[in-house]
Amino acid sequence: MSVDTQADAPLLEVQGLSKRFGAIQACRNISFDLWPGEVIGIVGESGSGKTTLLNCISARLAPDSGRVLYRTRHEGPADLNGMSEPARRMLMRTDWGFVHQDPREGLRMRVSAGANVGERLMALGARHYGNIRAEALDWLGMVEIDQTRVDDMPRTFSGGMLQRLQIARNLVTRPRLVFMDEPTGGLDVSVQARLLDLIRGLVADLGLSAVVVTHDLAVARMLSHRLMVMWRGSVVETGLTDQVLDDPHHPYTQLLVSSVLQP
Amino acid sequence: MNPAIEVRNLSKEFTLHTQGGTVLPVFRNLDLTVSPGECVVLGGPSGVGKSTLIRCMYANYRPTGGTIAVRHDGRPADIVSAPPRQVIDVRRRTLGYVSQFLRTIPRVPALDIVAEPLRAVGVEAAEARARAAELLRRLRIPERLFGLPPATFSGGEQQRVNIARGFAHPYPILLLDEPTASLDAANRETVVGLVREALDRGAAIVAILHDQDARDAVATRLFDLSPYSAM
Repeated sequence: MSVDTQADAPLLEVQGLSKRFGAIQACRNISFDLWPGEVIGIVGESGSGKTTLLNCISARLAPDSGRVLYRTRHEGPADLNGMSEPARRMLMRTDWGFVHQDPREGLRMRVSAGANVGERLMALGARHYGNIRAEALDWLGMVEIDQTRVDDMPRTFSGGMLQRLQIARNLVTRPRLVFMDEPTGGLDVSVQARLLDLIRGLVADLGLSAVVVTHDLAVARMLSHRLMVMWRGSVVETGLTDQVLDDPHHPYTQLLVSSVLQP
Repeated sequence: MNPAIEVRNLSKEFTLHTQGGTVLPVFRNLDLTVSPGECVVLGGPSGVGKSTLIRCMYANYRPTGGTIAVRHDGRPADIVSAPPRQVIDVRRRTLGYVSQFLRTIPRVPALDIVAEPLRAVGVEAAEARARAAELLRRLRIPERLFGLPPATFSGGEQQRVNIARGFAHPYPILLLDEPTASLDAANRETVVGLVREALDRGAAIVAILHDQDARDAVATRLFDLSPYSAM
């Protein structure tokens, strides 16, 4: 993993973000910066607000208050809320990736594996069928899917393969920032390990920045440089991943860490 | 000479919220200065906080009070208050740490685990692997294990992989937590050799070493934590 410690500005700045659903305060006044090459893990139990936070900072949900600034490639920091809808869509399709817990949400199940990967390239204007197919094949290889499966429908894939296909679909446009919501949730442990290792390698090789939501502290330890612990809509503790997990200070973090079963 | 590490007024206590808020004080107002070329071996009875001090110096534990200035790029950086990115940078280039146990990663072979700190400072893959292989050989890891993830290795083998990883990059500062525990005499001798070579190139070393022979062979100074005990 490689944080760009020489970078001069953060890629994403979250300032005082709050979001409420009726009586429930899902996110309360959350601020943090994400730097180029950095992976932040958001941990906490179900209902702590971590997925809401992920949705708010990835422009999938509008916060009630606060700002999310993204440093675009050419025009510097831009407020996601002030951005035009086409500009935001373009960002989401090209510069960003979003890996859903359920790959079926992030894939198109009625088109082939190859088309799933090629689609985002076409959104970027690629038209040459041979090139798109070649790139799709490349990416299947990179996520360890047998290239002979390129014309197969995703429904014939196992859960782990679907998740790897979703990752290929996201990374083909070389995004700078990837959001992941429980990327290993719902997979067998053996499949999880392979996926984690794959994600770790790709994030480091491509110099990606990422925000990873997970309730699994082992996943957080393996993928992220820094952790934010959420509890009842607030961030109660932050720090380097090993600091938070090895020397937790907040009562909730201590409970979380001490509740993990050692195999 | 400018110190490599300057610990000032360091205090550490643990508050166990899951145990009714029990406070476990470890040490208080601890001062320690380590210069390049010095190997300071920590002393004091079990539980006095030797590992805790080393972990604070690595910024793995967050002290209750005080500062730890680490010489990084020719300037002191307080690792206690530095932002996370700076801590990562200090760890990558300046501060090496050999923990008591290797944290294995599924599917990553021993050779790559050892080469990784070199890759992180920009050394080419082939060169990093060659240096890693050389260290593993010195530490008597059989060649056939190089390509395997160490999860299934014996405790002693894992510890030697861990040591090789810690010594791969010539860090200006090394923190060693019981590097010779669970090693046989020959490998203990190898570790003593590695520590001596690091001292010769001017590294500053802080170590916990229970083995008397190893301690006698490398320590330039003993530092007893007992006077700072807060128990």
